[in-house]
Amino acid sequence: MKTIKVSVVTPDGPVYESDVEMISTKAESGELGILAGHVPMVAPLQIGAVRLKKANQTDLIAVNGGFLEVRPDQVTILAQSAEQSGDIDLDRAKRAKDRAEQRLNEQKRENVDFKRAELALQRAMNRINVSERNI
Amino acid sequence: MASLRDIKNRINSTKKTSQITKAMQMVSAAKMSRAEMNAKSFVPYMEKIQDVTASIALGSADASHPMLVSRPVKKTGYVVITSDRGLAGAYNSSILKAVYQTIQKRHKSNDEYVIIAIGRMALDFFKGKGANVILDIVGVADQPSFAEIKDIASKTVGMFSDENFDELYIYYSHYISAISQEVTSKKILPLTEITNGSDKLTSYEFEPSAEEILKVLLPQYAESLIYGALLDSKASEHAARMTAMKNATDNASDLINQLDLSYNRARQAAITQEITEIVGGAAALE
Repeated sequence: MKTIKVSVVTPDGPVYESDVEMISTKAESGELGILAGHVPMVAPLQIGAVRLKKANQTDLIAVNGGFLEVRPDQVTILAQSAEQSGDIDLDRAKRAKDRAEQRLNEQKRENVDFKRAELALQRAMNRINVSERNI
Repeated sequence: MASLRDIKNRINSTKKTSQITKAMQMVSAAKMSRAEMNAKSFVPYMEKIQDVTASIALGSADASHPMLVSRPVKKTGYVVITSDRGLAGAYNSSILKAVYQTIQKRHKSNDEYVIIAIGRMALDFFKGKGANVILDIVGVADQPSFAEIKDIASKTVGMFSDENFDELYIYYSHYISAISQEVTSKKILPLTEITNGSDKLTSYEFEPSAEEILKVLLPQYAESLIYGALLDSKASEHAARMTAMKNATDNASDLINQLDLSYNRARQAAITQEITEIVGGAAALE
């Protein structure tokens, strides 16, 4: 099967670079699957997992927002933070999740901190899910 | 002439000082190479995001966003990046001087500008001058991660969107090489000067629309400009400190050489005097 080059780049350096058969992820507008030969496109991503399908394995990356940029020869994901499933600090993610949940229980709904806690919870859940590969 | 013991004491204390400055020089050298690497690993992200931003902002005429449009300037924001600690030669003072001169030239009163201070030196300086410091962060790590300054960067960008100020400049020290750094100012917002490295623009499909993407992309782009400047200035901070400490060490060893010379001279004088005294005493007995 035809492959396409994918790189995931964050401000702290490149996270992932490889040739894959298919990329599937969740964009703001919905689930997105990209194969080689896709038209050039830009789409913002949700906090979620990126699945990169290769011949005999699937790599999982947790991305925290960011963009997907498709060019004829390669796909780039620009995110403020991204981790491969093996690199995630599961304990830290679990602690972050507990903290965010606690904050959600304390805050009022209209509060600015409520939104932030909600996002923090999403990020933590995403990391945990990707780390345990139950997506 | 100072006594033998005085000179000896000075030599010892100068030696101790030079040991400290030498150690600081080596620490800074190590930190500098790390900071340089960090700045390098950020380059691919910056290039990419600049590329995409330029393609969208320049490529589709129908895409507009408040951050791309200049509006009448009532208030100006200045992001000033300095270090937390001194002992880095002219590193901090040259940045602060440049900013302060610009401010005095451009503005008549303190109400016309606001300061976003990164680093204790900038914070103390502008507080002392009575300027309006609206945001500050101190204690940024030597190898800052993006998460560390995400908060202040996104607040700064948010304030521009909320029209707390109408343009935003950043002042920092650009790292050229280990021995040369340069105070640089850049206009971050509004983003009127986006260009991409190559002339060819890719025409994209936008999902869902160009406006929606700009809404997410532009704040991220502005934040990464700030982060990039911070990485750059960290590298030059360590370079400046390394050079300053190297000079201090060199000066100390010069001083020690001079003191050694006068110590030997004083010792010789004392011996000569003793001999004359003995000879004089012996002559008197004859």
